[in-house]
Amino acid sequence: MFSYRSAIDHADVPNVPIEALRGTIIDYCRNGWDLMAFFGIPVDGENGAELIAVLGDPDTHTLEILRSLPVRRYPSVTKECPEAHLFEREIFEQCGVHPQGHPWLKPVRFCRSAGDGQRPGPAQANYFHIEGNEVHEVGVGPIHAGVIEPGHFRFQCYGENVMHLEIQLGFQHRGVEHLISTLPPHAVLPLVENIAGDSAIGHATAYCSIIERLTGTDIPLRAQILRRIALELERLANHTRDLGAIGGDTGFLPTSAWNGRITGDFLNLTSELCGSRFGRNLLCPGGVKWDADPALCQSLIKRLRTAYRDVRGSVNVMLETPSVLARLTGTGCVSHETAVDLGLVGVAARACGIDRDARFDWPLSDLESPLLHVRTEMEGDVRARTLVRSLELDDSAAQTEADLQRLSYMEESKIAADVPNLPAGKIAVALVEGWRGILCHVGVTDDDGGWLAYKIVDPSFHNWMGLAMALRNEQISDFPLCNKSFNLSYCGHDL
Amino acid sequence: MLNIVRERLHQGYRTLNYPFKQPVISPRFAGLPSITPTSCASCSAHACTNCCPTGALAITPDGPALDMGRCLFCRACEQVCPEKKIIFTHEHRLAAYTREALIIKGPAPNGFPDESVRPALGEPRRNLSLFARSLKLREVSAGGCMACEADVNVLCTLIYDLGRFGIEYAASPRHADGLLITGPVTENMRLALLDAWEATPDPRIVIAVGTCAISGGTFAESTEGCKGVESVLPEGCVDVYVPGCPPNPWSILDGILSVAWKKAHANR
Repeated sequence: MFSYRSAIDHADVPNVPIEALRGTIIDYCRNGWDLMAFFGIPVDGENGAELIAVLGDPDTHTLEILRSLPVRRYPSVTKECPEAHLFEREIFEQCGVHPQGHPWLKPVRFCRSAGDGQRPGPAQANYFHIEGNEVHEVGVGPIHAGVIEPGHFRFQCYGENVMHLEIQLGFQHRGVEHLISTLPPHAVLPLVENIAGDSAIGHATAYCSIIERLTGTDIPLRAQILRRIALELERLANHTRDLGAIGGDTGFLPTSAWNGRITGDFLNLTSELCGSRFGRNLLCPGGVKWDADPALCQSLIKRLRTAYRDVRGSVNVMLETPSVLARLTGTGCVSHETAVDLGLVGVAARACGIDRDARFDWPLSDLESPLLHVRTEMEGDVRARTLVRSLELDDSAAQTEADLQRLSYMEESKIAADVPNLPAGKIAVALVEGWRGILCHVGVTDDDGGWLAYKIVDPSFHNWMGLAMALRNEQISDFPLCNKSFNLSYCGHDL
Repeated sequence: MLNIVRERLHQGYRTLNYPFKQPVISPRFAGLPSITPTSCASCSAHACTNCCPTGALAITPDGPALDMGRCLFCRACEQVCPEKKIIFTHEHRLAAYTREALIIKGPAPNGFPDESVRPALGEPRRNLSLFARSLKLREVSAGGCMACEADVNVLCTLIYDLGRFGIEYAASPRHADGLLITGPVTENMRLALLDAWEATPDPRIVIAVGTCAISGGTFAESTEGCKGVESVLPEGCVDVYVPGCPPNPWSILDGILSVAWKKAHANR
């Protein structure tokens, strides 16, 4: 066990038999730990892989990393620890290590070629299928009617009732993890900012933290504050957009129209910092690239207050309208138990009463955050996910304003520290609360200080199964609303 | 109900009368590059080409040549050039009719009135006037990271109000006059994109939005396809390119209008 902000030697990671690794994952997850990452590193010259499990205890802020090698096959842990289900499918797909007894071992991102050189599309996989005279199947995607990313959804319906929804992704697979370990260092950060374009700050923060933790770099206070401002602005913009989209799919058009505009106001605040509405090119390993002088801080505060007033008013009229609340309440429920079993994260988890927020569980710096709170609701329905977002808007706006005030009264100082070359044979973990939920990056360096492995776990990776469960026994017409209330990333999942 | 009316009055009228009024964009926004065409012989370090994350910059005998179709507008080259020969202006109107026209070798042209759609760079491949009255586009995200998609979608909101130009996003390619494509086109989206293209009735236009769709951008070295729209669709099918990672929404609007806009049809 070790403190999450330090890097450890790869060689010091306990190398245990696969049975012990299995047992630890199951025991720890039953005792309130979270499975942050579980992945394989192919071993040279061996037919198999080194499996690495990263477990975290949010209460004590400690991590446990275990490994086992070389593994060719092992008894799956999914039946005893369901939150491992997609990790195990990924390990099978990437490394060929067979989790024996996995209940649904199917492709995550691509189907293997049948040997004729033509790789089938990701949707050409097996699906859970219900037979019966009055049962029908609805297939949607990869290209959807709206301007969104591609994915394939298959509903098993009895009348209008959805008995099961199976979500097959992979269309966005760009080989990000492989690219990170092969591209020259200066080309990696722009790539990381494109893992999920709406979480550019979140992923860039995680990548920069990995580099800083591996090299033992402390970043300047100004940079810590600017990074938090950017991360909270990203949360404000995306929560605003999601609340507007929930209004849109409820048929409450005023909030839908206004929030579409106000989202842009928040994005434009980020643009004032770095020129990009999505925060591209703001962070760099060691700190940030752009500073904000007192005049800019004060003008941002003014615009932030205006935008916050507008979104508060816009969301309030929606949440005061009985017909909207009637539509949201009880729709798309995920039980607390299911959420815990699946290891849901972020807004979706907090809406089920799970008290998890990486800003408190795994803080990035020693900055105090008196104005932020872990916002939870108990019901796990669309209304709960809406309310969590609405409450987080208040917190993020207040904290960002306080941070901007502090910045404007601080003396000017460095905004980036020098970063030495990566050390050989180390592992570091970065955990960042993006606006969807916790982002986990794991960096493992090789003997030359390059990347032996770089693992990315987007919050959407945990949460897509939550959306599928939310649709159980709902009307198929509830799908758009449920989908918006999760608003998960396709490319963050597909990498 | 009264609260909704009161809030409606507070939210006000927000649509900008683009292109007659030009938007205010962040001073830190990196727009159309401007290059001083002089020999780089005295500079042997070539820090600019070495620091470019996507290989967008080449040194020719006439000086630097910057390919906007690969550029991320990250300003790395601007910062390292000892003679300040590469500068990013504030001009958001970046669209081009041809791939070659995206390669910038000289100073940014001046003299476009602020209240006009900048004619896109280069010459149109064909007569586009057929599409100038009403335009229905099918958006296809083919590996896009959701930044371009978000900024394409945002054009439907109050500020931009794409509908007032007679332009809409259609739900099906069969109802569309053309495709607006974002993302580097992953191997897993290749067939779906080809299907969408074939389902779009001829004559059809294609607008490639974002550096990824033009060249693959940060994903160009991937083993999962990702070489841009023209690596999959027939050669020469792209009518307008809008560079940027992601392009500003005003740049995208300008790009779409460079196909679909005639002053005579503007309603204000």
